[in-house]
Amino acid sequence: MTTRLSIRDVGKRYGDVEALKGCSFDIEAGHIVAIVGPSGCGKTTLLWGMSGLHSLTSGEILLDGERITRPRPEIGLVFQEANLLPWRTIGKNIRFPNEVKRTRPDEAWIAHLLARTDLTEFQNRMPRELSGGMQQRAAIVRALALRPEVLLMDEPFGALDAFTREEMNRLVEEIWLENPTTIAFITHSIEEAILLSDRVVVLSARPGRVLSDYPVPFPRPRDHEIMASREVFELTNAIKADIYSQTPASRKAMTA
Amino acid sequence: MSDDAIPEFGSKAAGGGVGLGSVSLGAGGGRTLAEIAVILLVAVVIIGGLEFLLGWYQVPEYVLPKPSAIAAAFVKELPNVAPHWGYSVVTLLSGFGIGAGIGLLLAAVITQFPFVEKVITPYILILVTTPMLALVPLLILRFGFGYTPRIIAVSLATGPMVMINAATGFRRTDSAKIALARSYGASVLQIFWKIRAPMALPMILVGLMVGGIFGLLTTVGAEMAGGGFGLGNRLTTYSSMIRMPEFFAVILILSGMGILIYVIFFLIGKKWASWET
Ligand SMILES: Nc1ncnc2c1ncn2[C@@H]1O[C@H](COP(=O)(O)OP(=O)(O)OP(=O)(O)O)[C@@H](O)[C@H]1O
Ligand SMILES: [Mg+2]
Repeated sequence: MTTRLSIRDVGKRYGDVEALKGCSFDIEAGHIVAIVGPSGCGKTTLLWGMSGLHSLTSGEILLDGERITRPRPEIGLVFQEANLLPWRTIGKNIRFPNEVKRTRPDEAWIAHLLARTDLTEFQNRMPRELSGGMQQRAAIVRALALRPEVLLMDEPFGALDAFTREEMNRLVEEIWLENPTTIAFITHSIEEAILLSDRVVVLSARPGRVLSDYPVPFPRPRDHEIMASREVFELTNAIKADIYSQTPASRKAMTA
Repeated sequence: MSDDAIPEFGSKAAGGGVGLGSVSLGAGGGRTLAEIAVILLVAVVIIGGLEFLLGWYQVPEYVLPKPSAIAAAFVKELPNVAPHWGYSVVTLLSGFGIGAGIGLLLAAVITQFPFVEKVITPYILILVTTPMLALVPLLILRFGFGYTPRIIAVSLATGPMVMINAATGFRRTDSAKIALARSYGASVLQIFWKIRAPMALPMILVGLMVGGIFGLLTTVGAEMAGGGFGLGNRLTTYSSMIRMPEFFAVILILSGMGILIYVIFFLIGKKWASWET
């Protein structure tokens, strides 16, 4: 297995707020890694560092052994909010990356993605005419449309209802099974993390570092039977316990 | 998180037709046919009422001419007024073009340098708040009675107004949207044209509209101050000759021009900036 992304002793401060400190882990090529952790622990900060959107205070992040210092064409990013451009129609939002890169959009692929996300009829609508969940789906289509080799997603399905969320999870799984790219995504849903990922990385409270790193060895596609199994249940509880150990209340209880 | 949220399909998508919402440009907004009919009816009532009352009380024409007299004067004098109308339009368009062009350019450049912007803004504010009309006598002394002093005054009246509004627009940087463009490798120029400019457009249109109205005001004022041509000059001429119907006919043209400026930018806003509600 080759390492695609390598996060090495990464630290990031915003003024006197220390968001990340000594955060290290690797992501193998063709793996899906879920990043979980308490709110405000620096997950978004880490992902922006991986995408080359902002600089690090210390440490480095490597893509194929090469230090990331600016956005890389191999990497696609889905933002925490849909982040659609409100003055463009959905269709033009989805083709915005091609416009910036001056490349021809892969229309057949886009049509397929739109159909899978139930957005085909909404191409000519403005973002404000869509519900929050639909906007987020459009943002995911925008990222997938370029077929990035490495996909980074910041709580991509957080705004979606449970049914749509599962639908989207299946879409990602299906696309990944066809063509196993490297995916790192942040989520607040442990179930989602286990359903999709090869590994779950748990970050500590701020400043974020790796608290624990669980392999998720279940075969794919992970149907309801697997997701209801004893092993999944135990893994869920272990991850939950790690995250709860990082909430202010429990940390106070531990030091008291 | 929202695992158990109720699906929210369609609710927003179904409502609200495309782009009918009012733009931040003004009180406008969609009107039904019935509403338009009522507005026209009110106009008919006011004009008819004026006609009747002015006749009934035998108000002398030099105080306030009847609408019918104004209309007749408008038709009769149009051939004489039309060239002056043209001169005013030339003054307004050139002054507005120069002022707005420089204002937009300055706004786009200056907002990239926060320090420069901080230093310059108070001076721009002074330019916005000072009535540039006051400079016209001085400009006439320097440049004579031709177009030059007028066009300078008009651009001085529109430029700062356009600039200050456009700068407000360009300053509204949404870092997530800029990050989005950057994540696809967008250049500084692409970020400007594809993110900053469209984001600033609603404010730019407000600036252009107010600047346009300011420009019209300054055009007429400058024409009244000196020089033998332009609609403002017609106003002074007709009033000195106590030709009130003709005087009001020119006023009518001026308010028509003002409304036109508003409508143009309102429509542009509706077409290109209606995403902002
Ligand atoms: N641009 C910024 N300027 C200053 N502080 C920031 C900035 N961005 C993030 N922070 C701080 O850094 C910390 C980590 O933020 P980050 O957004 O990475 O957390 P997160 O784990 O993604 O949180 P959430 O789960 O709520 O999205 C927070 O305390 C936040 O206040
Ligand atoms: Mg976040």
